[in-house]
Amino acid sequence: MDSQAIATQPTSAQEAHGEHGHSPHLRHHFATVAQQREAASFGMWLFLLTEIMFFGGMFTAYLIYRNWYYPAFVAGSHWMVMWAGTLNTTVLICSSFTMAMGVYSAETRNRKALLRYLTITLLFGLVFLLIKAYEWHDEWEHHHVPGINFSISDFTHPDPRYPLDKPLPVDMAEKTQTYFSLYFMLTGVHALHMLVGVSILVVLLFQAWRGAYTTGHMTTIENFGLYWHFVDIVWIFLFPLLYLISRHQ
Amino acid sequence: MSSTSIVLPDQQTAFLPKRSFLNSSYGLKSWLLTLDHKRIAILYLITTCFFFTIGGTAAALIRLNLLTPGGELMAADTYNKVFSIHGIIMVFFFLVPIAPAVLGNFCIPLMIGAKDVAFPRLNLLSWYIFVTGGLIELYAIIWGGIDTGWTFTTPLSTHYVNTHVIAGAMGIFVAGFSSILTGVNFIVTIHRLRAPGMTWFRLPLFIWSYYATSIIFVLATPVIAIALALVGLERFTGIGVFDPAKGGDPLLFQHLFWFYSHPAVYVMILPGMGIMSEVVACFSRKRVFGYTAVAFSSVAIAVFSFFVWAHHMFIMGISNYSALVFSLMTMLVAVPSAIKIFNWSSTLYKGSISFDTPILYAFSFIGLFTIGGLTGVYLASLGMDIHLTETYFIVAHFHYVMVGGMVSALMAGLHFWWPKITGRMYPEMLGRLAACILFIGFNLTFFPQFILGYMGMPRRYHAYPPEFQVLNVLSTAGASILAIGYILPAIYFLWSLKYGKVAGANPWRAPGLEWQVQSPPLEENFTETPVVDFEAYDFEWLAKQTSSEVQTVG
Amino acid sequence: MMQYISPVLWQFLQKWLHRLPLFPPEASSIAPYTDEFYFYLLVISFIGTGIVVAMVIGFSVLYRKERNPEATQIEGNTLLEATWTIIPLGLFLIAFVWGALLYFRIYNPPTNAMNIYIVGKQWMWKAEHPGGQHEINALHVPINRPVQLTMISQDVFHSFSIPAFRVKREVIPGRYTTVWFEATQPGTYHLFCTQYCGTLHSQMIGEVVAMSPEDYQKWTNSSTSGSSLAQNGERLFASLGCGQCHSGNPEARGPNLAGVYGTKIQLANGSFVTADDAFLRDIILNPTLHQVAGYAPIMPTYQGQVSEEGLISLVEFIKNLNSNYRIQQTLTTSQVQSAAPTAAPGQGMVKQ
Repeated sequence: MDSQAIATQPTSAQEAHGEHGHSPHLRHHFATVAQQREAASFGMWLFLLTEIMFFGGMFTAYLIYRNWYYPAFVAGSHWMVMWAGTLNTTVLICSSFTMAMGVYSAETRNRKALLRYLTITLLFGLVFLLIKAYEWHDEWEHHHVPGINFSISDFTHPDPRYPLDKPLPVDMAEKTQTYFSLYFMLTGVHALHMLVGVSILVVLLFQAWRGAYTTGHMTTIENFGLYWHFVDIVWIFLFPLLYLISRHQ
Repeated sequence: MSSTSIVLPDQQTAFLPKRSFLNSSYGLKSWLLTLDHKRIAILYLITTCFFFTIGGTAAALIRLNLLTPGGELMAADTYNKVFSIHGIIMVFFFLVPIAPAVLGNFCIPLMIGAKDVAFPRLNLLSWYIFVTGGLIELYAIIWGGIDTGWTFTTPLSTHYVNTHVIAGAMGIFVAGFSSILTGVNFIVTIHRLRAPGMTWFRLPLFIWSYYATSIIFVLATPVIAIALALVGLERFTGIGVFDPAKGGDPLLFQHLFWFYSHPAVYVMILPGMGIMSEVVACFSRKRVFGYTAVAFSSVAIAVFSFFVWAHHMFIMGISNYSALVFSLMTMLVAVPSAIKIFNWSSTLYKGSISFDTPILYAFSFIGLFTIGGLTGVYLASLGMDIHLTETYFIVAHFHYVMVGGMVSALMAGLHFWWPKITGRMYPEMLGRLAACILFIGFNLTFFPQFILGYMGMPRRYHAYPPEFQVLNVLSTAGASILAIGYILPAIYFLWSLKYGKVAGANPWRAPGLEWQVQSPPLEENFTETPVVDFEAYDFEWLAKQTSSEVQTVG
Repeated sequence: MMQYISPVLWQFLQKWLHRLPLFPPEASSIAPYTDEFYFYLLVISFIGTGIVVAMVIGFSVLYRKERNPEATQIEGNTLLEATWTIIPLGLFLIAFVWGALLYFRIYNPPTNAMNIYIVGKQWMWKAEHPGGQHEINALHVPINRPVQLTMISQDVFHSFSIPAFRVKREVIPGRYTTVWFEATQPGTYHLFCTQYCGTLHSQMIGEVVAMSPEDYQKWTNSSTSGSSLAQNGERLFASLGCGQCHSGNPEARGPNLAGVYGTKIQLANGSFVTADDAFLRDIILNPTLHQVAGYAPIMPTYQGQVSEEGLISLVEFIKNLNSNYRIQQTLTTSQVQSAAPTAAPGQGMVKQ
């Protein structure tokens, strides 16, 4: 009797004969390498879905408060270090490119290129974190850290850099705290993701140096690439939302 | 030669298999570093039972305190800490993890014909994360406690109480990641690791409801994580996201919190519904009535559950129109539950029912969950909610769902799969006795609380007006019976580990894939990938298998 | 029987059974409506549970293994399943409509309701009557007259609940919420805080005394503090210097407040709002958020300078302000007293 006819994954069933037990990376509970790979990338996408919901909570808060306290959000965003934000955006976009190239190198089994691209990505990641740290330092110097070190005087007095901006009345100036709270939450959680990404990247680099991902088993690199791009995309949202509020005026 | 590797050992000459996942390796290390989903399930079982003991002790203290109207047993702040511990532990460290992480972990791969879950290392990691979260929570409880209730209402939690809110929130935050990882693991496992021939509509309904549960885990848990992180930060640094004095909106916290916590309520009941389908089908020897309706109602519950959260806020000044929408959505989410109840009841029709312990618990589930669900309709009705919310009515309602429903289902599931997990039977007579005690104790504890609630007794009260005393005494009396109903199974389960009758592979003559392998199963579950050519709850297939087995053996 | 076995226990039981109320008093005009709906829900619960229990027990008896050794496999029955989807859905939708109507009845006060302010704080209720009566953990109301409560919390979430009236509403920091009722039975009823609010949550209770109109009149006269809420508000208005800008003069820097309550006001961003209690309170604290069209944004915030009770007095004062005469008189007096050389002559009784 032939019950093979109703297999759920015909492709894996076909491959099963060829690959089963041959690949050193195939873990015992998967039938085929393809199945293992699909499972891993599916899992990664689900994890990214979770991440979207994670940031989604904060974005909701941002939208509500921005709607209520728009002048405070404008005033707050004018104190962002513009060049740093722009540079960081560029750095992250470039790092996404090098990461994609890294995945490509792993696919083409080019160990040297993989090492090169991962190193550049790592450097970009570190540069991003450095610039972000500089920005935070700047905000600390200006007493813009709500709860710990905050003063509204920057917002209640005329700002020489934005002569068109009228100083805010005290009650609205107080609301800049909400802006900065969300700013630190959003960029902080994002930077935490970057930090995690950079740490994983160090491990990947070491593994790649030992030649782990250039023998056909590149799921890890691929999934890490997804994570890296996701963190990048979050920043692509953060940059306009936090830095570019009403810059056109 | 059949291509299936399924074997059916003879029931009468059942013996414990020489090799199984329990004795494949020995020592503490082999357990703490195991990647086997079955062993991880047992690790989870031990930890969640530990937390259940803490939560249960807290519940006993609450009931003892409420024996007298003056609340003489404890001081008010102690009482507040005790009910907060009860809520936090029972929700986040018992009800949410136990069903998915214990029975789900154990059964899902076996049921779909897989050797393990998709990510065994992640699975172990999620247990460690859970334990870490639990330890942080225990730290918070032991060094000062938390007195915010399990709902962490701002600004009370952020600015007013001076207990260990940050540690408490962090414990839940950390444990949340264990839920997320478990959810991801299950979804991928169910999608990618089904055995050849195991199509979606051949899956046991257990899998469908666990799939729905996992969706909620993945989508809802991160939202409470961020809400609690904001609470912790606001408390720690004084940022003002939820503080009205700084322009924040405390209702935003309510929205974020209930966006998770309402779907989480379904996390605490959907797995129970899955267990119900298995147990009812097996003991009435019949395929579940209306398989597709039951399967889709699980998914419908998961989807609808994301659009009802504001029904916790009807009296909090949300706009009348959003109240209308959320009330309507809540009415709609009640319908799939009603469908399930009717489908299980009619599964019994023309069945051949035997009354073993698991189905007694299942009957208790049907009765109690019906009451729990119907009283939910009271609370979903806007005008009625005004009078009933924040009273003992709501306490009784969710205990009917969570304890009457979920814990009954869990007990049914534990008794049902106990022979599969350990290879030994629990004492049947004691099991039936315990099921009856639990049912009586439960009703005596919580039914009076419905009346108390309509009388207006507010929840979370350390002391209350004397006219409520009689009903409270009844409730406490019921709680002591309930306690026996929990202690008794704990004792005989432990006893059965050594002295229980050897069960054999399929003591219930159940048709699921997990029953076609030896008990306890091998570490790799199946010696050969099974090929599924039968439907879910296919008793005719099972009968054919058994008769051919008898012929070949005989 | 029991009294022979153990007289002590018998007495105890008797005492208990006398103290076993199963239903709260029905003491407001809303209560009968709530109870009616409650009985509808009880009936569908009993029928629903009854059907399920009957099915489970009936089938268990009819189809137990001994009686029916062989099960008959049934796939399902679409018609039957549709029936038990549609019937509960219909019953639930009736509950939805009924509940919604009740909700609107409870939360939409009649226009002729008398207003009492409630301030919640850890762990007490303060009631402020317009006549100047203050109460703590008690509320005196007349029967047969709609009473609206305008409530706010000074600190955390509380919830104002009178079970005998079947009304309840969350009391939230930073915004007014309202609830109304019309007591029908004179008596003393429980007042509970039902939202967990910290250590002494269970002590945040009080009593609501519903009285006949005559008794209520007597109570009002005997417990007055001498000055009404509006008078307190007027004093506060003067001491904060509000009249400097809100003098009602055509050239005044702030809008004219006389008769402003309940009118539609255009804001600087073009939208219109109704000047209700919540708006008046909020604009004192956050003037920039509600910049009124036609005026410069110069009003300072009074956040942190006025207590919730003070805000209530101010709101009550503005509510009852029909003419600017007294404001201007106060201004003139203070200007004369400080002998300001530029004192402008008052505009007299000219009402804008």
